[in-house]
Amino acid sequence: MKEMMKKEELLYNYSVRIADNCLILSHRLSELCAKGPVLEEDIALTNISLDLLGQSSAFYKYSAELENKGRTEDDIAFHRSERHFYNFQLSEYPNIDFAYVIVRQFFSDVYHYYLFDFLSQSKDQKMAAISAKSLKEVTYHLRHSSHWLNILGNGSEESQLKIQKAVDSLWIYTGELFVPDDLDKKLLSMKIGVDLKELKTLWMNKINEVFQASKLSKPTSNYFMSGSKEGVHTECLGHILSDMQYLQRSYPGAEW
Amino acid sequence: MTYDNQGNLWEVFLQAKAGASFKHAGSVHAFEAEMALQNARDLYTRRKEAVCIWVVPAEHIVSTMPDDNASFFDPSDDKIYRHPTFYTVPKGVKHM
Repeated sequence: MKEMMKKEELLYNYSVRIADNCLILSHRLSELCAKGPVLEEDIALTNISLDLLGQSSAFYKYSAELENKGRTEDDIAFHRSERHFYNFQLSEYPNIDFAYVIVRQFFSDVYHYYLFDFLSQSKDQKMAAISAKSLKEVTYHLRHSSHWLNILGNGSEESQLKIQKAVDSLWIYTGELFVPDDLDKKLLSMKIGVDLKELKTLWMNKINEVFQASKLSKPTSNYFMSGSKEGVHTECLGHILSDMQYLQRSYPGAEW
Repeated sequence: MTYDNQGNLWEVFLQAKAGASFKHAGSVHAFEAEMALQNARDLYTRRKEAVCIWVVPAEHIVSTMPDDNASFFDPSDDKIYRHPTFYTVPKGVKHM
């Protein structure tokens, strides 16, 4: 029985981590609503933002179920502070310009694509089911972001400069995507979680393929930011949370 | 290309189910074909409206002009026998 509790606790943490990533990335994209470069792209990005919000919602719901303390998905999303969020630093990176939005999305989409592909084979059935559903959405997200990368990389001199600059700036945030911590290792051994080493190989292959088609060069830097799995973030996350959580913090339990 | 160019206009046609004919749904702006398809998907198929999308550059659509109406369409005005209203539909026919 004690062992059972342990498994659910681990699974709770794992599920919250995935949900956090989807939620924060979704929030970043939602900031672009009505500010997209063209009407059609505005709708496309908002659509992707909504998909990610739905994914976070599904994983939070499952987390709340595993925790079994009567908390809801909203409690988990809106009543935790910065140090208790476990999304990648990449996801919280600001919308500097459209190139940054696309590169951040592309790196995340490739990661999510393989993550959900692996997780749809997870021994935990609920995890597998949510992942299988999410995979369909992410497959489209990846098609969208990699196409934009291709267009901008093969576009004008200015678009090439801007997209390469975004790649160079965001690259240092991609390292921590593949560094397993204790939780990753435990869940992998239980055949519930993914093998981040395998995921990294697939991620890198896809990056190489799309970069080559988009005439982008891969940064050679070996320095990577890290810490999100322990709740260490850039200065950006606090600002996101104060925007996102304001209402629930000021009026706890408010509904409409 | 001007700075705030939103791309060319593409006409969007949707097929509601396999075998059905494509119906015009509207238009989107896009810079090339794949983008036009993706934009059409996001604008017109969010509620399961389609199983297939066609996008066509609006400039490739050939259209009659209002000036053509007299010669193109008016001559059929007095030929009501071209309508199938004089037939009685046999009782056994269900899907007309």
